[in-house]
Amino acid sequence: MGYLFSADAFNSLLAELKTRYKIFAPKIYRGKGRTAGTDLVAYGEAGELAEIAFDRKTAFSPKEIIFPVNQTMFYFTKEEFQENLPPKEDKDMIIFLRACDINGIERMDAILLQNGPYRDVYYEKLRGKARFFLIACDQSWESCFCVSTGSNRTENYSVYVREENGQVFCLVKDRDFEEIFSKYGRPADVEPRFIEENKIRVRLPEEIDQRVFGHKLWEEYAARCSACGRCTVCCPTCTCFTIQDIFYRDNPDCGERRRVWASCLIDGFTDMAAGVSFRAGYGERLRFRAMHKAADFKKRFGLFMCVGCGRCDDACPEYISFSKCLNRLSEIMGEVGQR
Amino acid sequence: MSLNTKAIAKNAYFISKHRGRVTARVRVPGGHLEARHLEIIKEIAERCGNGTVHLTARQAFAIPGIPAEKIPEVRKLLAPYIREAEVGMGVNLPDPEGGFPVPLPPNVLACIGSRDCVFGNIDTAELAQKIERTFYPGSTLLKIGVAGCANDCAKVHMQDVGIIGMVEPLYDPARCIGCEACVKNCRRAASGALRAENYKVARDDLRCLGCGECVLKCPTGAWSRGAKYYRLVIGGRTGRKHPRAARTFLEWAGEEAVIQVIANILAYIEKHRDKTLPKEHLGYIIDRTGYGVFKQEVLAGVNLGPRAKVAKYINFGGYAYDKGVQLT
Repeated sequence: MGYLFSADAFNSLLAELKTRYKIFAPKIYRGKGRTAGTDLVAYGEAGELAEIAFDRKTAFSPKEIIFPVNQTMFYFTKEEFQENLPPKEDKDMIIFLRACDINGIERMDAILLQNGPYRDVYYEKLRGKARFFLIACDQSWESCFCVSTGSNRTENYSVYVREENGQVFCLVKDRDFEEIFSKYGRPADVEPRFIEENKIRVRLPEEIDQRVFGHKLWEEYAARCSACGRCTVCCPTCTCFTIQDIFYRDNPDCGERRRVWASCLIDGFTDMAAGVSFRAGYGERLRFRAMHKAADFKKRFGLFMCVGCGRCDDACPEYISFSKCLNRLSEIMGEVGQR
Repeated sequence: MSLNTKAIAKNAYFISKHRGRVTARVRVPGGHLEARHLEIIKEIAERCGNGTVHLTARQAFAIPGIPAEKIPEVRKLLAPYIREAEVGMGVNLPDPEGGFPVPLPPNVLACIGSRDCVFGNIDTAELAQKIERTFYPGSTLLKIGVAGCANDCAKVHMQDVGIIGMVEPLYDPARCIGCEACVKNCRRAASGALRAENYKVARDDLRCLGCGECVLKCPTGAWSRGAKYYRLVIGGRTGRKHPRAARTFLEWAGEEAVIQVIANILAYIEKHRDKTLPKEHLGYIIDRTGYGVFKQEVLAGVNLGPRAKVAKYINFGGYAYDKGVQLT
């Protein structure tokens, strides 16, 4: 059913939803941008319509809500350990997010739940609590290319939400929410709208193989990249993590095991015993990332990994554009194919 | 030729080496101005001067080659600039048609700061303009520079008073991935205030410069911007007698405190300067009164804020070309 809400009605709805759910949405954090006097747009808990930044793109993806940056897996003493799965009594979560990010979470599901015989229980617990409220995109930003990756659309949501001049149009797909939405909203015809065109068009490389490995493209990127890792941290589909064992400083007989985000761009990712690091060069690291996003993941799961949100473009201090990289890979494969 | 050079100099003109010519000085607080104001500078230079403009070491304009008799014309052309760029920002100049009433204190210089620079922690030109409102026009020599961060591109360490923008870095361990980008960078490019501990980061408050480099390097936003603060360095100078770099007087001070301290420094200078000299740099006066007297007088009535730190003592280094300077 479709519903129309005034701002007040929507706030009443959110207030009641908040008694049952934790609500996460894009928010503006004033003065919290990297440089002085700039704002940060990022996910956080929200309780009111005015707090939700419908018209801004977040710098970080919503993946951190269901896949925290740091997650303690278990606590240990010398004798025993205590697993730390999210407690059952925790509220379920509503996440306001865009089509690209829902597509991103589907890719996370693939790698964390369907990759090999074991499901990632830590992810599964939090993921199971998430309900998606799809934010309608009323504009495509400078770096977006979701139409090229096919992630401009999704059917995987509980409620579709479009904010327009202080009014909120919703389409409820998940029956769990029907009653509460009908309590506060007026019935209305609501049709989901999706972005149909981006400023950037990317020709996805049909097939990439190792013939691109020795291309001079990577030398150019090696000279430009500073290996800061921002592109992977903000990416809605990057799920690499590392494991850290912490021994408490005041009592090293106790501690905890954490899993913490890691990145193929950052020093130490490929460090192995005996001090070997097999992707020391920054060009090699970017090549690995590109191959993973454009080829390897697709081979395993049948999905193009990148969802075209363009956050990596926005975040890169060296202005390395992944959409441009994908287009260049397509060109290069065309060239080597002709030879 | 008859000229009252004292009156001309007081009106912010240099008496040129070329007989009968003067050089107009145009203040640009913080070294930042509206591009349209360049038209005025251009017109004065072409109509009254020799067609050239010099950018002074203090980020003001010097328009050379003006015949002294053209000063009234320069005043007329300059009036709209003074009205917009000085009076318009709140500087108390009742007679913009009269030109700049005095040349002192010298122009407040500044780097571009947070208006454009990624490293800038503060809007340097905005602070320079606040200082201009506080202390111009005046009768005291006090060279002030504002730097957006501890890099000090503005070279405020060579000023009587240098102001350096600081930011309190806030750390959220829950967002930290232990990449140590901040730790490595702080060691290499700042003060080594950060160290890795149990895969997280610990900050040594005493070493931290408040430069904000950790915030810039952090890929996840584990480091974020807290409140703005200021470091004040004092007693720096160039000059033929005894050049030396300024030393830290205050750290983690609030903006209001900075403005109050500058007002107090002006009073301190007027009280203690050597009146046999036309003007004297702050550092010489501190050398004579001792740092203790300086500290007591310039901090009187100032609310430094809870985070502020004050130098217990200052051991100025530097050198003198002529050892006799200190032995007379």
